[in-house]
Amino acid sequence: MTEPVKPPATFRNINAFHDLPTYRLPAAGWVSILHRASGALMFVLLPFIIWLFDKSVSSEISFAKFKAAINFGIGIYPGWFIRLTMLALIWAYLHHLIAGVRHLYMDATHSVSREFGRSSAVFTLSASIGLTVLLGAKLFGIY
Amino acid sequence: MSDAIGSKRLVTGAHYGLRDWLAQRLTAAVMALFTLLVLVQVIFSHGEIGYDLWAGIFNPQWMRALTFTVFLALTYHVWVGMRDIWMDYIKPVGLRLALHIFTIVWLLSCLGWAVQVLWRL
Repeated sequence: MTEPVKPPATFRNINAFHDLPTYRLPAAGWVSILHRASGALMFVLLPFIIWLFDKSVSSEISFAKFKAAINFGIGIYPGWFIRLTMLALIWAYLHHLIAGVRHLYMDATHSVSREFGRSSAVFTLSASIGLTVLLGAKLFGIY
Repeated sequence: MSDAIGSKRLVTGAHYGLRDWLAQRLTAAVMALFTLLVLVQVIFSHGEIGYDLWAGIFNPQWMRALTFTVFLALTYHVWVGMRDIWMDYIKPVGLRLALHIFTIVWLLSCLGWAVQVLWRL
């Protein structure tokens, strides 16, 4: 059983500028809000994702355009900007996927101990960021 | 009121809570498995990863049908998720309704485009 050491502090009418940046979120809290933020990001960038899919599969010519957009940019967007946006999407997808699998695992096994919540949250954050760094290095041609 | 407890509890609301909760998870599982399927085909491929390999993955009819289903799953998944976000943060009814409508238009437009890309391969 988890027993509260002291009555939890209650916040009413929080100040977004003072209270949100100083609020210390546990790892599971970060996974939760980033799950939401990554989902919203992918929703906003959905047309870009479909554009990438369109260019990459439609034909040899469109595939060449796809590669050129990543390497040299397209229209007003330089290549590094396209790559950075793709990297943000890679992170968003990885985080959303791993956090989602964590959700499904918890739903299926009723694994709701505080320790598992913390350790799986730390795993989610480090795995998604680690893979993002790895794929980002590839995307920016470091290896 | 004494019998309005337990399984006889009077539930109020629109009654889509459990259905959407379950749909959110089922569609997520479908997309996760699809991700694995595509990833496996890329990782265990031979030769250069270029246009032929990538477009070839989406060439078989069963893969197209499956990808189509994943697009539908994605649309429903995103609808439930975005609706949750609007319901949590946007309180004025008019603005929330406008954002709901925007979300539906946005998602259906994207779905139409994605399906067109897929089916003209």
